[in-house]
Parts: sequence; C-alpha cells; structure tokens
Amino acid sequence: MTALILARHYLRATFRSKLSVLFSAIQPIMFLVLFGPLFDRSGVGSWDVLVPGLLVQLALMSAGLAGFGIFIDRRFGVLERLRVTPAGRTSLLLGRVLRDVVVLLVQSALLLALGWALGLRAPLAGVLLGLALLVVLATGLASLSYAIALVMPDELFPPVASTAVVPLMLLSGALLPMSLAPPWLDVLSRLTPFRYVVEALRAFFSGSYGGAAVAWGVLAGLALLVIGVALGTRLFHRENA
Amino acid sequence: MIHATALTKTFTGGKGTVEAVRGLDLHVAAGEIVGFLGPNGAGKSTSLRMLTTLLKPTSGTATVAGYDLVAEPAEVRRRIGYVPQGNTVAPTAQVGEELELQARLYGMSRAEARDRVAETLRALDLAGVEARPAAVLSGGRRRRVDLAMGLLHNPRLLFLDEPTTGLDPQSRANLWDHVRRLRDREGMTVFLTTHYLDEADALCDRILIIDHGRVVAEGAPADLKAELGPSATLDDVFLHVTGRELRESTAA
Repeated sequence: MTALILARHYLRATFRSKLSVLFSAIQPIMFLVLFGPLFDRSGVGSWDVLVPGLLVQLALMSAGLAGFGIFIDRRFGVLERLRVTPAGRTSLLLGRVLRDVVVLLVQSALLLALGWALGLRAPLAGVLLGLALLVVLATGLASLSYAIALVMPDELFPPVASTAVVPLMLLSGALLPMSLAPPWLDVLSRLTPFRYVVEALRAFFSGSYGGAAVAWGVLAGLALLVIGVALGTRLFHRENA
Repeated sequence: MIHATALTKTFTGGKGTVEAVRGLDLHVAAGEIVGFLGPNGAGKSTSLRMLTTLLKPTSGTATVAGYDLVAEPAEVRRRIGYVPQGNTVAPTAQVGEELELQARLYGMSRAEARDRVAETLRALDLAGVEARPAAVLSGGRRRRVDLAMGLLHNPRLLFLDEPTTGLDPQSRANLWDHVRRLRDREGMTVFLTTHYLDEADALCDRILIIDHGRVVAEGAPADLKAELGPSATLDDVFLHVTGRELRESTAA
C-alpha cells in the first residue's frame, strides 16, 4: 500500500513533464525509425526481430539508469526525510521501481505503435507476454540501478552507468541477432541475462510461447528480479543510505 | 520523552575506529525545548541521527516517545517529527504534493492529508504555496515548509537540526515564534541542535553541551551562565566547557 502511494506520487511528478518521458525513449525510437527500414530490407531479420531487441534496449536505458533519480533525492534530503517516516524500506524502493515500470510500459507502447506503423506484425498474445517479461526485467534492472546508486559516489554513477549500458545492450543482441556473432562474442553475450531475454521476446513475437529460448529468457529475467530487489532492499535498509 | 543511557556509536572504516558518541546519557521531559550544542565533530549529528532512527546505536539503550529505539524503530518514527539541517524538498518538487505524500506516509487518507496540509500551512503562514515549486520560495519560507513536513502528523516530539542556519534575522525570529507556539499551545517537546547560542538562549528551557561524544554541561541557560558570573553569556559557557581549540569536523 505504501509502495502504491509512493508510486502514484512519483508518477504524478514524472508525467508532469511528458517530454522528458518521451526523451528518455528517444534512442530506441531513433533506431526503430532510422535503422529499422534498413534492417528490414537487409535480409538479416525483420521487424519482429528488431523490435524485441529495441524493447530491451529501452529497458536498459530507462530502468537501467533509474538510479539517477536517487541523487537528487539524496542531495536535497528527501531520502533522509522519507527514512524517518513509518514507510518501510522495501516500500521506498518498490514505489520508485513501480513508477519506473509504468514509465517503461508507456514508452514501450509508443515503440510498439511506431513499430506497427512501420510493419511490425506480431501476435497480440506474444506482445503481451513480451511486455510481461519486460516488466520482470525492468523491476530487477531498476532495483539494481538504485542499489548501485546508493553505494556509489555521486560523481561516479552517471559515467559508470551510462558506459555500462552500451556494451550490455550490444551484447544482448538487441540490434543484430547473436547468431551472426563470432564464437568469442557469442560466449561473452551468454554471460549477460539480456541476451536470453531478447531471444525470449523474439520467440514471443514470432508466436512461439514455449521452448528453450522462452524458458531461459524467463529464468534470466526472474533471476535478475530476485537479485535486484534483494540487493536494493538491503541497501535501502543500510544506515546512511 | 527521551531517555538514553550509555548511548554509543562507533564507526569503523578506512581511517580506523572512531567513537563518535561515547556513553551518552540524555533525559528530556515532555513539553521541554531542549538545546543540544557542541563544537564541530562533537557528536551532535550522530546523536541526533541515532535518536531519530537513522543510525543504529553500537551500544546503550534509549526510549524515544515511549518506544525502544532499537527494538521498535517503526513505532518511534510514527511519533516523532524530524526537520534535518538542509532542505527536505527537491527544488523542482511541488510543495503541496510533497506535503501530501508526507502526510499519507503517516496513514492519512487523501482527504485527511489535504486538510492537514492546508491547516499546517496556514499555521506556519504559508497559505497559498501548495502549487509552487520549492525553488521559488525564499529561504525562510522553505525552512517553514521543512518544519511543516515534520509537523503534519502531530508528533509529540520534534527534532530540529540547526533550524535557522542560513536564515535572515526576521526569518529566524519568525521560526522561533512558531517553535515556542508549538510548545506553549500544543505541549510539543522539541529537541534542537544549533550553533547559534543566542537561539539556544532565547528558545531553550534546558541546554546540553556535548563534546568528544559526551555531555559536558547541562542545565537551564540562566543557571549555566550564573555559574560563570553575572555578566557571562552562553558563548562564555560554551567556550569554558569546550575550550577554544579549533575543531575539524570528524563526521564519519
């Protein structure tokens, strides 16, 4: 309940600036509009291969960089103020994460709508399952992002987080399937959970709802969720967080 | 309202072990305004953060607002208000929304929260600021908004950390009036830290001076001054018990 109160509060503030919600999704949208047609014509894949990758890219750039929000709250005493209220530490984390997930869903809907306009024709069930898996991924990602932001010096988090997102996105196979990669790159890619989530989303978007790709993707998403939420909660409990 | 016995806080880190607070004994009765003074690095902030549940004591016991500080921190939080040293609202945040959130975190419904926010803002001469971002408010108004944050849930015990730092004399005097009104009309207990000795002298029923993690002087301002002579000031008392050596902050 407290998490919902916090989430509603954060959402109200976030959607006051609709442009900033749109702007944080601009890179995947640009890839979709400017790279998508090339990809579709290249023979490498089609919209139902590209769009799932861009959704994971969106999750990395949106939920993955959610930790930025902690800095302002910490700098202006907001975090400390909230920690002296009866609000549980887990609620303080989940309220933010819930906001981040809702924002991601809105951005994803926009990306999907644009994809549809450009030629994406994925089954509705596959899209919905894909979004559900994206929610799982984003919950873990955002929690992990807050956890890292809580322990890292303020001046380090922005460059570290922004730099980390790029290779993670590339290694996930978001832009091009990793089946095209040389063996060493394929192995590296398999060390990140995002590769499995991208492949699971691609399976969903092609109408396949079972099989190894889906199983591994769901497992990877759930693992990240459990680790992210556990770590995030623990660090919100920490003294001087 | 506050009963602390042998409260200790030790920090262990790269620089070794630092005993920021050493066996603090503290007793604050209901309805008092108590000032907590000390030089930089004396242990004031650490003590305050322990009493407001932000830091867990290394040892010792304390009850705050009737509840065990370590065993029942959630109950303590329900009953205390805390106004930290800096501002508590981000500059771009809307004042009314932040206050409403704060009220809801204490269990008020949306309607109750709105009413309570309006009532509190009126009481602090802040009517009409709800829709404004914190950044456009003057320093004095922002500080009163911080005070409002700590008062929304009608706490019996209010902690103020350097409440008037950075304010002009008029804003300081205005804030003092509000604090006095809280004690006189609502019987609120106030525990404040300050570097302004005139503030402690004007506001406080009793003063505690802490140095090197321990209380080194305690009493009503008039009594403490009288011990040094008829024309002694609180500055004289402070320097007498803590010395004139410059201190570097040893915040952990």
